Amino acid sequence: MNIPATTLPSPAEQGLNLQGIGSSGEHVAAQPAIEVEGFNAWYGDYHALTNMNIVIPEKRITAFIGPSGCGKSTFLRWINRMNDLVPSARATGTLKLHGQDLLDKATDVVELRRHVGMVFQKPNPFPKSIYDNVAFGPRLHLRMSRGELNQIVEQSLRRAALWEEVKDRLKSPALSLSGGQQQRLCIARAIAVGPSVLLMDEPCSALDPRSTAAIEDLMAQLRNDYTIAIVTHNMQQASRASDYSAFMYQGELIEFGQTEQVFTMPKSEQTQNYITGRFG
Amino acid sequence: MTTITAQSPPALPQGKPKSKALRRVRESCIMAGLIGCGVFSIATTATIIVILAVEAFRFFRLDEVSFWEFISGTKWSPLLGAEKHFGIWPLISGTLLVTLVAMSVALPLGLITAIWLSEYAKPKVRAVIKPVLEVLAGIPTVVFGFFALTVITPGLRWIHEGFGVYNAASAGLAVAVMCLPIVTSLSEDALRAVPRSLREGAFGLGATRFEVAVRVVTPAALSGIVAAFLLAIARAVGETMIVALAAGASPSLTMDPRSEVQPMTGYMVQIFLGDASNFGPEYYSSYAVAATLFLMTLLLTLIGHRVRVRYRQVYE
Amino acid sequence: MNALMKNTPNARSGRFFKDHLFVIVCLLAAGVCIAVLGVMLASIIVQGMEHLDTQLLQNPPSRKPEKAGIYPAMIGTVYICLVCAVTAIPLGVGTAILLEEFKPRQRTLARLHGVVQLNITNLAGVPSVVYGILGMTAFVELFQVLGSPSDPIWTIGTTDNWYYIQLPFGRGVLAGGLTLMLVVLPIIIISSQEALRAVPNSLRQGALALGSTRWQMVWGTTLPAAIPGIMTGTILAMSRAIGEAAPILIIAGVVYITFTPEHLMDDFTAMPLQIYDWASRPQESFHHVAASGILVLMAILLTFNAVAVIIRQKFQR
Repeated sequence: MNIPATTLPSPAEQGLNLQGIGSSGEHVAAQPAIEVEGFNAWYGDYHALTNMNIVIPEKRITAFIGPSGCGKSTFLRWINRMNDLVPSARATGTLKLHGQDLLDKATDVVELRRHVGMVFQKPNPFPKSIYDNVAFGPRLHLRMSRGELNQIVEQSLRRAALWEEVKDRLKSPALSLSGGQQQRLCIARAIAVGPSVLLMDEPCSALDPRSTAAIEDLMAQLRNDYTIAIVTHNMQQASRASDYSAFMYQGELIEFGQTEQVFTMPKSEQTQNYITGRFG
Repeated sequence: MTTITAQSPPALPQGKPKSKALRRVRESCIMAGLIGCGVFSIATTATIIVILAVEAFRFFRLDEVSFWEFISGTKWSPLLGAEKHFGIWPLISGTLLVTLVAMSVALPLGLITAIWLSEYAKPKVRAVIKPVLEVLAGIPTVVFGFFALTVITPGLRWIHEGFGVYNAASAGLAVAVMCLPIVTSLSEDALRAVPRSLREGAFGLGATRFEVAVRVVTPAALSGIVAAFLLAIARAVGETMIVALAAGASPSLTMDPRSEVQPMTGYMVQIFLGDASNFGPEYYSSYAVAATLFLMTLLLTLIGHRVRVRYRQVYE
Repeated sequence: MNALMKNTPNARSGRFFKDHLFVIVCLLAAGVCIAVLGVMLASIIVQGMEHLDTQLLQNPPSRKPEKAGIYPAMIGTVYICLVCAVTAIPLGVGTAILLEEFKPRQRTLARLHGVVQLNITNLAGVPSVVYGILGMTAFVELFQVLGSPSDPIWTIGTTDNWYYIQLPFGRGVLAGGLTLMLVVLPIIIISSQEALRAVPNSLRQGALALGSTRWQMVWGTTLPAAIPGIMTGTILAMSRAIGEAAPILIIAGVVYITFTPEHLMDDFTAMPLQIYDWASRPQESFHHVAASGILVLMAILLTFNAVAVIIRQKFQR
């Protein structure tokens, strides 16, 4: 695991400093992908997220950790506006993806979700064939020949490290795959649409350790091409697989920084306590 | 319109993007069609209410009729005699009598069978009986009417000579047979929806199966059972073919199940089966009767809805 | 331990006696139900076997019971049920999709949504004979505003053409079928809603997360997953339509029809109507014909139900 030498400011400590990003580091600079400022979210009267400020760097893996109910999944589901499905959900503040405000009423959520893929806690392949699952997204958005579609399916499955396992049975039902394979299929399905951001909501919590390892390997490969935000309960996973870590507690972002720093020298006592297992 | 542009999306998908304008047009057309479907159902109700109201109003404007006589009169003789009487109560009593006979048989029998199915019967037995109930619920009502006419009535007359060739008891029993599968199936659904933990809690306190079924599960499922009962009552009130075949055609204000009665639905069939180009008061009276019937079933539906809403609050 | 085991024997045996008594009562109740249904089926079979032959299936109704047949009524039932299916299925599934998949977030719209839902519940409880009156006024007479059935204001073709259509529709196949549509529509809507509700939400989220529009989500994911349930419900609703007599009785009346309908405006009769006609006659010999007709009708319905059960079993994995 090579962690880039970029130093991103910790918003908890210094507030948001957009200028600092990318220009301060001598090494490979990370561009901001998602910029969040003064973000609040509610479910009905319940204040789920309070005044969040964070910049998620592009083409890096950012892990969100924290005890259950701390709002990390809620935050993730606002990035692709999946919370639109919850009738009582609303949010204020700024949430920008590549400079575009996502909370703007005029935002085309369909277009947004094309650019921000999502992988869910439980693998949710459609009850169709493996091929049709991956082809679902491209068929929605693109006009293309059969050959082009085949190519997209193959490349997506290759990127999701599933091609070798399924290339001979693309027409068999997706539900016949194992849990880990299903989750990789869901990643392939998300990739096939051509997103720049991948949101992963506890993608390994329903999987066995071997499948988890496969998904983590896959994330490491995808890191070069995609901005990945992952919510996880698994502290080891966050420390192994992510470049940056954000610790959230009771709807607030407590600490954000490079994973190594967050896990070895956390600035906040709460983070320290959570990481060492004193609560959570 | 904000469009989101990715800075460097991985060069994966090829092909041309589909037209967004086309997508938007298609979405709006489909949405309009779906809303049209919803509007259709509202329009159906509205049309029923308007038709019944307008025609009933026309009926009450006629010289031979008065609204007061309609809602308070005890004589209904629209077809025979020099003087026509339009008092709704004989028809209502006919409906109520048939419904009463039917429900006093179907509700207890259905509920007991449902308790047995849900709390006592083996899974295999239930697996057979549930689909059978579904099939029975699908038997056309004209079949029950035929059964009433050819089996129940002769049977009743054999038991007791007081029963007429057409009588309320026969129609009521046939309606009971018709309602039994509905009552049983829906009550059983309600009983099964009671959480296991409740039963286990009661068994844990040393209750017998009977005590668990009657004192714990049935009260917990009561609102669902009541909703099932109300549905059955509504079906009995609105039942047409059985009463048209077996109850008779002479409206009389009686609570004697052995005698011939004419429920509201029976009267409507009688009028529409006659010369339909007849636009006399008896023709319009059927609309007034239909309006009364509609109000009765509407009331039952609304009560059922209330009960079910409360039921939801209890369990969620 | 001993103190616990030593129960008051009377109380114990009394309670368990009640339990056993209740089992007996239950079995009696279930037994009565089964016996009644058994008697019903047996009596119909016994009465119906006499006339159950090819003549019954091929002949028109007749004044002589031994020659009476159900052929025109069967064809009439097929026609009105086709009209009913063609109209009720799209309307019903469409309404179900609207109610289940397009739940609005805005408060006023949400209230309107609730009104439509309650309205469906109400429609399901309206007696079918009332639908008959509605069909009579709306379809047969077209609210009496545009001419009368015998003197239509608008026609296509003549009564000799198979495509003849007139306004108002008159007491024909189209009016009958549309009235049946009104009767079964709430059933189709409610069962389709249940089928859609059974589709796991994760599939919806998966489709939306890939950038589907609502409709693409429904068409590509939810609807295919709900199709077995929708089909089962629809088949059961159609079997209701086949057996429904009251509204058709109001629309078509009991008419002596020896021919099959030639166009959508043509007079018709249906199987339940024909059975009602025979059953309501005083002669016992016609009751036997009615019983034979019932056997034919029940055979058709049982086939429908069997298909529905098979579909459910096949997709229930």
